[in-house]
Amino acid sequence: MNFSIVRYIISWLLKFEALFLLLPCLVGFLHSEIRATLAYLATALLCLLSGILLQIKPTRKELYAREGIVSVALSWIIMSIFGAIPYMLSGDIPNYVDALFETVSGFTTTGATILSDVEALSYASLFWRSFTIWLGGMGVFVLILAIHPLMGGSTMNLMRAESPGPSVSKLLPKVKDTAIILYKLYIGFTVFGIVLLCICGLPFFDSITIAFGTIGTGGFGIKNTSMADYSALVQNVVTLLMILSGINFAFYFCLLHRQIKRAFSIEEVRFYLIIIVAATITITLNISHMYPTFGETIQHAFFQVGSIITTTGFSAVDVEVWPQFSKTILLVLMFIGSCAGSTGGGIKVSRLLILLKSFRKELSTMIHPRLVKQIKIDGRNLSQEVLRTTNVFIAMYFIVLLFSMLLISVDNLSFTTNFTAVVAALNNIGTGYELIGPTENFSVYSAFSKFILMFDMLAGRLELFPMLIILVPSCWKRY
Amino acid sequence: MQIIIIGCGKVGYTLVNELSGEDHNIVVIDIKEERVRLITDEFDALGIVGNGASNQILKEAGITHTDLLIAVTGSDEQNLLCCIIAKKASNCKTIASVRNPIYNSETDFLRKELDIAMIINPDLASSSEIARIFQFPSAVKIDTFAKGRIELLHFRVAKDSLLNNYDLIHIRNKLNCDVLVCMVKRRDEIIIPKGDFVFREGDVIAIASSPLKLHEFFRKIGISTGRVQTAMIVGGGKISYYLAKRLLASGINTKIIELDVRRCEQLSDLLPNAMIINGDGTDQRLLIQEGLENVDGFAALTGMDEENILLSLFAKHVSRAKVVTKINRITFSSVLSELNLDSITYPRLLTADVITKYARSMNESLDSNVENLYKLEEGKAEALEFYIKEDSAITGIPLADLKIKKNVLVCCIRRGSQIIIPGGQDEFLEEDSVVIVQSGSRLNDIMDILEG
Repeated sequence: MNFSIVRYIISWLLKFEALFLLLPCLVGFLHSEIRATLAYLATALLCLLSGILLQIKPTRKELYAREGIVSVALSWIIMSIFGAIPYMLSGDIPNYVDALFETVSGFTTTGATILSDVEALSYASLFWRSFTIWLGGMGVFVLILAIHPLMGGSTMNLMRAESPGPSVSKLLPKVKDTAIILYKLYIGFTVFGIVLLCICGLPFFDSITIAFGTIGTGGFGIKNTSMADYSALVQNVVTLLMILSGINFAFYFCLLHRQIKRAFSIEEVRFYLIIIVAATITITLNISHMYPTFGETIQHAFFQVGSIITTTGFSAVDVEVWPQFSKTILLVLMFIGSCAGSTGGGIKVSRLLILLKSFRKELSTMIHPRLVKQIKIDGRNLSQEVLRTTNVFIAMYFIVLLFSMLLISVDNLSFTTNFTAVVAALNNIGTGYELIGPTENFSVYSAFSKFILMFDMLAGRLELFPMLIILVPSCWKRY
Repeated sequence: MQIIIIGCGKVGYTLVNELSGEDHNIVVIDIKEERVRLITDEFDALGIVGNGASNQILKEAGITHTDLLIAVTGSDEQNLLCCIIAKKASNCKTIASVRNPIYNSETDFLRKELDIAMIINPDLASSSEIARIFQFPSAVKIDTFAKGRIELLHFRVAKDSLLNNYDLIHIRNKLNCDVLVCMVKRRDEIIIPKGDFVFREGDVIAIASSPLKLHEFFRKIGISTGRVQTAMIVGGGKISYYLAKRLLASGINTKIIELDVRRCEQLSDLLPNAMIINGDGTDQRLLIQEGLENVDGFAALTGMDEENILLSLFAKHVSRAKVVTKINRITFSSVLSELNLDSITYPRLLTADVITKYARSMNESLDSNVENLYKLEEGKAEALEFYIKEDSAITGIPLADLKIKKNVLVCCIRRGSQIIIPGGQDEFLEEDSVVIVQSGSRLNDIMDILEG
């Protein structure tokens, strides 16, 4: 293990975080919130100072898979620890554990909150909450790599550890160019979202924060009622933006290069859209008696499906009152999640696709024991390696899920609450049923359970392995 | 520059290693996923798993906006096919590695008809390197350029050499030799010498000439060129064949030791003048019996790196021969340098090196009139090749009458297939290729060599 390179990477991360913290500082300044402004400024300086102190030229420059994974896992933890400080200093969230929960929830694009009264926050903190989602959505290292080369070619190991999906590949030959194109698309989407929301009549500040929360598929609202108070038009726009952000960015890259046929032949995207349409129709039929017009019914169904499958977690209606069938459909969608290579979380549609295809193959081999059949995705043979990691991923996923449920059950809350809380954390959704339902929040949990849920959020965002690997003692040995 | 490399073997790996440090966008293609992963894990390159001769895969790799395609898979036919298909899909330059001796005699035809920029034969390249070392064992290093027609030979001026305290101008006047001193390295300084330059002991001199004229020069200055008269080659592979052919052509008595009887018969068929010994090259008695102790040149070219190293050490131990060791696979260079072997040749690295040179010069020529560029002495000096497209202020005037910048030297003129080492009375003509050696400033056009 090459610790010097890990330290070097973390030092750069901290310097970038100092830069990020200046934005809420500016927001606070514009809204003349003196305490909040100073809190964010102080944290920015602290980050910068720590970054400079840690920045010693690495003695060895090797950055292998192990160093990449450990750097990313540690960076996300450290980033959250520093990111939580201003919440506490500004007095918005006085308890540090709560502040940390809120920050982790932001960076991992979960959007789970411990706040009962969001509207009481300062503007600076509201902005920072949404901005953490935006940063975490595409990934902080992807942004850093787009700007600063860090270390030669092996930085792919960093990007691979941070980007979601069973097999991360580059869009362009260079890591830097890939990172730049991803962020160009991401920023383009965000600006598009902000403009669209402004046109729909939202105030500028609301537009920015909601666009961040939507495009990053995080789902921090700035109102206590989440999205319920906004007009039907705004809700529809948000639905559209969420679903667009849940699509694999390779799809947009193909569109950008006018490979329209190739873009629409990506099986994952097609499957993703089919799931959305099917779930919306089913739920619409199921809840049609609850709302006066057909238009309103379909709007609510569409919004909830989009919000859950992309793992955003906005809510516009109280889903608690919906029939069990619809609620269960949404629960299934929570597990599926969005496409690989998007900003969303969950198991990912591509993994589901691989799993379904290998199921079919296994069943065929039972009927024809000597059958030889290659599993193909997008016309390409799937390597045994990807198949194996996918299977291991799913198994690990459920082990982590069960184990977390066991640990948080010490708080003695209902099964549904605990189950959906872990599901919401692990899939980066941020909202569940019963005590953590759309109108409730995570403040019901003890500090211990909050740490477990924070771990789940990070594990979910970084696709399990990085967070689990740093728990393995042999990872920290020098050889 | 956009570069596609097909084949992720050792050569492909070395190429990516060399080129990824520069500002190129590299895409690698190989049929084996693990080999692609090996490269993409370590270097900043995009990997595609698939057949590089497939148009679909090439399209995916972005062939339409690619500048250079390099095919270095293990199969000659696949490499050529990749180049043909790439050429149909776009107007990129292509390089293919082709090692079958049958195609080798048709290289010019293939290049012209298939429109391939360069065909490289790794075995031939290594054999040329070894042959050059045998030709001038006293040389420190030998560079070739202008497509191999010109050799730049580096050698050290010894204390008792005629050249010690010798004026450069006398080489032409008194010795009447048609050679050109391009560059002198005195300690860490690189000098482009003029006529009044005086050589000192310890200078490393780079001389440009054709191989034949170099011999005459060395004879006249009294350095025994020490050209090997007898050579022993252990191992009868392709490199041995090319090497023996070359050595025999220049009148060197060559002996090949090969274990396989069939191969021995083939070799004796192909090389009637060589002495082919059927036997185990690692048998000490056999080596001594065949006169290893009195041989001038020894080349260990078996398929096993370890065997080659041991054979070379043994040869160094019992004889005073110039020893060349072939190493294919292993890369413990720090250990190897301690073993005190004379010369080591790495065929795979050599191939990659030649291709890298081409890619570099191509990158340079994209935005200037430089046809080719070679970095010398770790980039402290460079040799540039210009092509004179049309009559200009520089053509038709004797070189002595041109005001040429300091630190710039006209090294040679290539007129058709003729190589001219220019004197003051020579002149540039339209359609000449001119090689210039220079240190210091940057030249983008042949006109830049003129003062002011």
